[in-house]
Amino acid sequence: MIQTTTARAGLTDDPHVLAEHAARIRARVVRLSHQGDSPHLGSALSCADILSAAYFGVLRLDPRRPDDPDRDRFILSKGHAVSALYATLGYRGFFDVSLLEKFNQAGTNLPEQPSPGCLPGVEAATGSLGHGLGIGAGMALAGRIANRDYRVYVLMSDGECNEGSVWESAMFAGRAPGSNGGGQALSNLCAIVDFNGWQATDRSRGVLALEPLADKFRAFGWNVVEADGHDPRKLTEVMRGVPDSSGKPLAIIAKTVKGRGVSFMQDDNNWHYRIPTEAEVATAQKELGVVA
Amino acid sequence: MRNAFAKAIAGLAAADERVVLLSGDIGNRMFDKFKEQFPGRFYNCGVAEANMVSLAAGLAMSGLRPYLYTITPFVTYRVLEQIRVDLCYHHQPVVIVGTGAGLSYASLGATHHSCEDIAVMRALPGMTVVCPGDPPEVGAAVKATVGCDGPVFLRIGKKGEPAVHASTPELRIGRAITVRPGRDVCILSTGNVLPLACETAQALEASNLVAGVMSMHTVKPLDVEMLEEAFFGRFRLVVTLEEHSLLGGLGGSVAEWLVDRCVSETSATPAKLLRVGTQDHFHHEAGDQDHYRALHGLTVEAITARITSVVQPESATTPLLSTPYPAPQTR
Repeated sequence: MIQTTTARAGLTDDPHVLAEHAARIRARVVRLSHQGDSPHLGSALSCADILSAAYFGVLRLDPRRPDDPDRDRFILSKGHAVSALYATLGYRGFFDVSLLEKFNQAGTNLPEQPSPGCLPGVEAATGSLGHGLGIGAGMALAGRIANRDYRVYVLMSDGECNEGSVWESAMFAGRAPGSNGGGQALSNLCAIVDFNGWQATDRSRGVLALEPLADKFRAFGWNVVEADGHDPRKLTEVMRGVPDSSGKPLAIIAKTVKGRGVSFMQDDNNWHYRIPTEAEVATAQKELGVVA
Repeated sequence: MRNAFAKAIAGLAAADERVVLLSGDIGNRMFDKFKEQFPGRFYNCGVAEANMVSLAAGLAMSGLRPYLYTITPFVTYRVLEQIRVDLCYHHQPVVIVGTGAGLSYASLGATHHSCEDIAVMRALPGMTVVCPGDPPEVGAAVKATVGCDGPVFLRIGKKGEPAVHASTPELRIGRAITVRPGRDVCILSTGNVLPLACETAQALEASNLVAGVMSMHTVKPLDVEMLEEAFFGRFRLVVTLEEHSLLGGLGGSVAEWLVDRCVSETSATPAKLLRVGTQDHFHHEAGDQDHYRALHGLTVEAITARITSVVQPESATTPLLSTPYPAPQTR
């Protein structure tokens, strides 16, 4: 088991430091989008604070031992935002950040959506929405079977919650005590919804009856916290609280802004597909105050 | 077959603490013993098969060996993308057990039939497809899956199928079992039609045809060594028999292999290939498995007629081999 002292190594309680990590991740993904001719930049920018809080403030892991059976797991179920995950893993020390230069280059192991084991720290190949929560539930259940105390975090998009499979997994993870294999819910599982209000072609509230999303998770047996998805202090506090004493899994509805951090991308869904020019990269990095 | 599975999986779980059994809310009372012996390793996943597959992937990624169990259409067609991405793309050692395969649940209608599942599953990269022929083969196949490092589709029937093998055969995945030797005709059988294959071989004696029967329990990977012997050895006709569509099942697999084989070797003349399976359309009427088999031409009489229409005895005076069933043997 990871001991508390070593488990916290590499983590910080300082929200300013977490914000700096997030800014660096943002600056990098803007450039990666341009270099790799890869879309979904708005989606990557909206979850940068969540990734920063998770990897630099919460997850008990050792980047030098990415297969440690006791590590906390983080699954980026919204695989189209993988540039943000790659950047985060690089800055967290899972691999040399110079590898990021190869993002989406032919023949490299940094594809536009993560393939199985493409880089140390990538827990699952995603890109098809609605798979991550089920895989995460399996990992959480395995932890219980093996009597290990790791936690599993799954980051989904709000549009992803259109998928029926999400709700099958939510129903499994939130099941009440009964005779089914011990029956208690998966309290070591945390779903984070990057609720930026957009999906590919429209406002997510307008495509399907997504709201009230928090009530949906509650109805499925989950605890729910609605939080500012750009507040590192709040995000770390809530994520560190897993598992809590209720015995329920936790859903964090993280209210975010798509394209967050770059004035001309914020809440503009054109940046779901648009690629920034070199001049736009420079402008964005100037706004972020980071060259990465 | 399903009782054989229940018994085998309990034995496997006793020997391997990584084994976890997931059920899609079926198998009432069937797994009572398993649940009693291994309460922390049985999970009823409800009528929610997509989650069941992804859950199994997560369990396998964490070092466990999950077995999924439910009615075949619901754990194949319904969750094809979960299987493709979570199990095959990640190459996880998860065994998908489809029960009531083929026309086992004929009376429940086509919603519960699975005559396209082999085709769909064998198209997936890295998937192993195993269709045991009788209850003893089910037990042997379950044990054999432990040696697989990737996903396996284990296609079984219902309950009450007759045993062809007198005892548990030695079963190696990818190696067919010789059930009955022959000379003129070789019947390659996969899945729950193995008894039908044996009865057909017996019936062909009346036409002075000596038919052998192979239980080709593994459709992917094909036993190409056996196919080589069957097509370029002593047989004049090779018959594939399956309770599955002619599109993409055992017959389709063998036809693909034969075409490729003949491209690379043009001097030898292979035996003829006759494919017997279900038709490319749904039937809508009520009826049990035997009724539905008759609709699809899967009877001793229909198959025998097709065989004798394409191959006749070489000579009425040719002595026949002994006809009683010999003890099955693994090649």
